[in-house]
Amino acid sequence: MASGGPSFLLLSMVPTILLLCIDFACCNTGRRTSDGLDTDFTGFSVPLEHSFEVDDVSQFRVRGALQLRGGRETSVSLSQNQLSEEDRSTLKEVAAVDGLYRIRVPRVSLSADRQSDRPMDGFLTAFVRACSLVESHLSDVITLHTDVSGFLIGVSIVTIPGACRGTEVEDEVDLEAFNTTLNVIAPTNAPQPETALFIERMDMENEKRGKPQEQKSFFAKYWMYIVPLVLFLMMSGAQDQSGGGAGGGGANGGR
Amino acid sequence: MKPSAKMAKLVPLLAVFFYLVCVSEAVFEDQVGKFDWRRQYVGKVLFASFDSPSQSSKKLFVATDKNIFASLNSRTGDLFWRHVDKMGPEGAVDTLLVNAQDALMVIGDGRLLRSWDTNVGGLNWEVVLDTGSFQAACFVGIQDTVKHVAVLKKTAISLHYLSNGHQKWVENLPDSDTVKYQAVYSGGGEEVFVLGMVPHSHLTITVYSLEDGEIIRQVTGPQLSNDYIFTFITFALLAIILLVSCSFSTFIFFSFPLPFSEDGSTIAPLRDFQPLYVHAFLKKDDSVGYRVLVQTEDHALTFIQLLARSRVVWTREEALADVVTMEMVDLPLTGTQAELEGEFGKKADGLLPMVMKRLSSQVILLQAWMAHLWKLFYEARKPRSQIKNEVTIETLSRDEFNLQKMMVMVTASGKLFGIDSKSGTILWKHYLENVQPNAAFKLIVQRTTAHFPHPPQCTLLIKDKDTGLATLHVFNPIFGRKSQISLPALPRPILQSLLLPVIDQDYAKCLLLVDDQYKVTAFPSTKNVMQQLQEMASSIFFYLVDSEQGTLSGFRLRKDLSSELIWEVVLPTEVQKIVAVKGKRPSEHVHSQGRVMGDRSVLYKYLNPNLLAVVTESTDTHPERAFVGMFLVDGVTGRIIHEAVQRKARGPIHFVHSENWVVYEYWNTKSRRNEFSVLELFEGTELYNSTVFSSLDRPHLPQVLQQSYIFPSPITTMEATLTEKGITSRHLLVGLPSGAILSLPKMFLDPRRPEVVNEHSREENLIPYAPEMPIRTEWFINYNQTISRLKGIYTAPSGLESTCLVVAYGLDIYQTRVYPSKQFDVLKDDYDYVLISSVLFALFFATMISKRLAEVKLLNRAWR
Repeated sequence: MASGGPSFLLLSMVPTILLLCIDFACCNTGRRTSDGLDTDFTGFSVPLEHSFEVDDVSQFRVRGALQLRGGRETSVSLSQNQLSEEDRSTLKEVAAVDGLYRIRVPRVSLSADRQSDRPMDGFLTAFVRACSLVESHLSDVITLHTDVSGFLIGVSIVTIPGACRGTEVEDEVDLEAFNTTLNVIAPTNAPQPETALFIERMDMENEKRGKPQEQKSFFAKYWMYIVPLVLFLMMSGAQDQSGGGAGGGGANGGR
Repeated sequence: MKPSAKMAKLVPLLAVFFYLVCVSEAVFEDQVGKFDWRRQYVGKVLFASFDSPSQSSKKLFVATDKNIFASLNSRTGDLFWRHVDKMGPEGAVDTLLVNAQDALMVIGDGRLLRSWDTNVGGLNWEVVLDTGSFQAACFVGIQDTVKHVAVLKKTAISLHYLSNGHQKWVENLPDSDTVKYQAVYSGGGEEVFVLGMVPHSHLTITVYSLEDGEIIRQVTGPQLSNDYIFTFITFALLAIILLVSCSFSTFIFFSFPLPFSEDGSTIAPLRDFQPLYVHAFLKKDDSVGYRVLVQTEDHALTFIQLLARSRVVWTREEALADVVTMEMVDLPLTGTQAELEGEFGKKADGLLPMVMKRLSSQVILLQAWMAHLWKLFYEARKPRSQIKNEVTIETLSRDEFNLQKMMVMVTASGKLFGIDSKSGTILWKHYLENVQPNAAFKLIVQRTTAHFPHPPQCTLLIKDKDTGLATLHVFNPIFGRKSQISLPALPRPILQSLLLPVIDQDYAKCLLLVDDQYKVTAFPSTKNVMQQLQEMASSIFFYLVDSEQGTLSGFRLRKDLSSELIWEVVLPTEVQKIVAVKGKRPSEHVHSQGRVMGDRSVLYKYLNPNLLAVVTESTDTHPERAFVGMFLVDGVTGRIIHEAVQRKARGPIHFVHSENWVVYEYWNTKSRRNEFSVLELFEGTELYNSTVFSSLDRPHLPQVLQQSYIFPSPITTMEATLTEKGITSRHLLVGLPSGAILSLPKMFLDPRRPEVVNEHSREENLIPYAPEMPIRTEWFINYNQTISRLKGIYTAPSGLESTCLVVAYGLDIYQTRVYPSKQFDVLKDDYDYVLISSVLFALFFATMISKRLAEVKLLNRAWR
């Protein structure tokens, strides 16, 4: 990231010579930059467009603007307009015929050093049933998905609650402003096999099992057998001396 | 305190131990071949040869396009032995020469010269040849004793000793840049002839001395106007050069030795040129007999004996060495059962006729039963060896537990086969002509056997990879006959095909074909289907994948059978490319909605039938930066459910997507080992909507658990077992490069395996986490029946919940059954019926007697 800045500056001056250097700088993507950097690094905005038509032929209009702030921590905020009277009635009509409400965003890169690249053609589109949008009173969750290098790869929209129950939305005020939650999801790193922890655990177990056995002396190990044996021997020895006489006496008595 | 802690440690260990004892499912020796079979193939024959020129010779040597050298029994067509070399041009067989005990092969465009012992198939020696593209080779012998072999390359000729492969001499060919040398020949003298041609000009013959490789003389032949392929033929101590022009229309014979004399030219059209091997031999009465080995276009290898009575001795279906796709279809019921079933299918027509029909069908059943009993009685008297258990297409019927099925196999050559899964007998075959060699096939079962009296129906979609144009072949999978159904016209390239659960009045499922203008063609396109389609259009979604552009796009069907784009996900191709996309198998059943955890709460599975697993690989192949991406995308809404990146990993990726889990295998570039990773999706402890699943109404993302393991072997293919109701635990069938199939319990691939064992995990029977996945030899389901070049594994449920049928195909075909949870619903083979029934009877009589005694006693007491 740090090397990206200066090399861009150099590129604008001597574009041909330093192509190789640039390749190295943004080798994560393998893409080449074509123009310089006029955009500021603090952030940029892309339009969020939506479409809802009764005849289901999509005609996208601007719904709001996504403020993207690249960098180590990408942050996104959304500023959007209120729905006009006309839009509200169209939306209700579309909901009545179970039409779709679609949104789209242009394909851009969220990371700061790449948003100045040549603009990518095409859009990412997603949809939700218009009726569920109406019934949820325009409360939707828009999620932007990025790939490892920060390109937007997909967008999704869901409403909460998501079901169409056929409940009438009487109040026009409910359909005026969007109540949008915006998320950006980057790919998670899949776990590697946990060898270190396992070996550590095994070692600990071995230690636990191994140590006491080694430390114990012969006597410590078998005291429970030795003590009764000794006691028994002592007892029998003592009895031998006293009881021996008695026994002897008994024997004598028997004679 | 101490003993209890010790016990705590012991208990899971013991549990694991007992579990392992339980799951060991190796076959017993007496079960070998009882439920499984293997067929071995060699592929399309390129070279063939007999070992001796007599009628008694039993061996046949073949070298094939699959880089295989094999010996066949000429009486039965069975394999004696087989050597499988590397795939691709590296192991390609250039030529095969057989002389008595030695078989010589030049391999890999003149890279290696190998000598095999023809008796046992052992390798005598192997030498590496000088570089240069291979042209021809021949044995060089003086008066019938062959001691050398000459190898002709583009620019050089070399002579090797037959005994050890050492090079005797090597000589550069003169003027090799202008002369195309094509053949080498030895007439049995001290000379080696090399035949070359200057294109569009003349022939040259160079004669080398056998002793030291000196050029004895060079001769220039007559003028030729065309390009010719030519070969030497020896006949009556004369060598004849046979010239065949490239258009196969002209033969020119030249006699040899020199000088050339043009004997004659013939024009004979030789269109359907089949490679033949003709073997002539002298019979006992000194007449000449012939045996012919014919390789036909459909890759069948036929051996014909032409004696007084010509006959086909055997036929090998070598097309089966290259199976592309397959399906398993239930066999039909027997006629009587079908009669009974048919009764329910028909429309009710009055009470009395129904009663009559019921009575008549039961009479038929009774008759069949009597006939069966009579047959049993009759056969019991005969010695066992005489009873034939041959399977023919007439006797085919479903068995009690639906364990015997029809395997419909599609091969790359365009030949279809119907194989009985129990015995491996080929019951029908059908050759599709005009199939391009690089065509893609998709086999779809449109109607199963369950809808008597309608015959089952399979549809094969054949798509030309270059043009994208598709054709349909509709047939009956039980008999292989082509159905007389009018096929839809498909003038445009087909992008996607999908089978809908929409059923027409004949119970055939509707197949939708999407063309490159996103228009949809339905098959069958009856009025009934079209009406249903129009009603359902707004709830029919499909997706398309363009891996070159990196786009996944979703469409919705319109009422006029056009479609509209509704979502799009784009994975930039600069970063990663889509390698594979897999959904779930539609025939899959999941029995339990969740998993009971240690604290008695339930963790519900995220069972989204529309979920797609998309696997990508990074374009950057540097070991530090390479990665493998795993995207779980909802196929209806295009929502990315989960997105994970396996760093420092690359393909080839093998993965299985089923129930609520995905298992994938990749190569770890940092640690240089193969690893398994498992993803499981759970909704949590509460279900959002427990009655019905809809992709459009599932706002919350599932919880995703993942764990990785080291696997000590590379793998070639992977599949999961499948059972009727999904109650039986799942196993993964992993094909290893050694040809073994490992049945790996899914229990070992569970992301909830705990690092530290506690009360709850013990309650749940979770195996403590160990980073390495074991490979136990008793888990190999195919014991020593290895499958060469394993390409795919197909699993199908049987009528028994415990049993899953498995077919593995590659160069060989192997069929077996697996019991992932052991045979819990079947009595064992050695179940003691006598003991149980005698105990029952004994108890019965004991009760009777004691009852009688008790009565007598009561009576006596009453009298007292």
